[in-house]
Amino acid sequence: MSEHTHDPSSAELRTEALESLLREKGLIDSAEIDKIIRRYEEDIGPMRGAQVVAKAWTDPQFRERLLADGNAAIAELGFEGPQMDRLEVKENTDQVHNVVVCTLCSCYPWAVLGLPPSWYKEPAYRSRVVREPRRVLHEMGLDLPETTEVRVWDSSAEVRYMVLPQRPQGTEAMTEEELATIIGRDAMIGVGTVSTPGSDG
Amino acid sequence: MAEAVAETGLPIAGPAAPPRSNGELVFAAPWESRLFGVTLALLERNLFLWREFQHELIEEIGAWELAHQNEESEFRYYERWQTALEILLEQKGICLASELEAHARDFAERPHGHDH
Repeated sequence: MSEHTHDPSSAELRTEALESLLREKGLIDSAEIDKIIRRYEEDIGPMRGAQVVAKAWTDPQFRERLLADGNAAIAELGFEGPQMDRLEVKENTDQVHNVVVCTLCSCYPWAVLGLPPSWYKEPAYRSRVVREPRRVLHEMGLDLPETTEVRVWDSSAEVRYMVLPQRPQGTEAMTEEELATIIGRDAMIGVGTVSTPGSDG
Repeated sequence: MAEAVAETGLPIAGPAAPPRSNGELVFAAPWESRLFGVTLALLERNLFLWREFQHELIEEIGAWELAHQNEESEFRYYERWQTALEILLEQKGICLASELEAHARDFAERPHGHDH
């Protein structure tokens, strides 16, 4: 038995009421909603972005296509999002480190990274990473050399950004499939990097 | 378009499966995932555009931040999402606030022990 809230203004109850009302109107059905939730919780996630990055690391021509037109390149892998806006991929180098934010709400490249982590949606990250990116990155465990330029990309309704992280040293012998397993979400937002497996970094 | 998302043939398990753990939950409570699912279901039926919803969401988050800038209130993303969705559904005539209020009141008055 679940404990029910009896406050009609509670978010939980309002959501339940909304779903039920829309179902009565014949606009949605609950099995469809279950399917959507499963799809986003389990099937779509940063692993798609990891596949994209691994391919870019191992296939220079794909890398070029990805940087030129993100949507067309990810479509080659069969990835497409609901009402996906333009996807731009920003490449990290020794000189430039890119980091992604959405200052207004929570625009995020769903098609390749799934749903955003909770901190990405918090006012603290959204406002501070633009003003003091180095400090925010430091707090998140990423210290960059003073010589590296930090570029912050503010997503909007029209453009979503993903970072192409640098391939770590010592991974030359790894296959595309193996590489995909070491690439994490934070590296593709730009608040982290990819470490060589087995290293502490 | 929705099915293109579902069918990718991506390996889910085994050594070739890309990392799955995000290190944190996507949704903090079940109602948040229901709300997200309801919104996407309506989008897939083309009852409104993502852009339209996003506009309301930005307005709502901005208004909340303005109203709470001098206090230590906890920002709850999906509560803002909820308000934005309700406003949009009212504007579109898909679901009126008065209908929703009445429905929520009915639910609130359910006897204890009701299981669904």
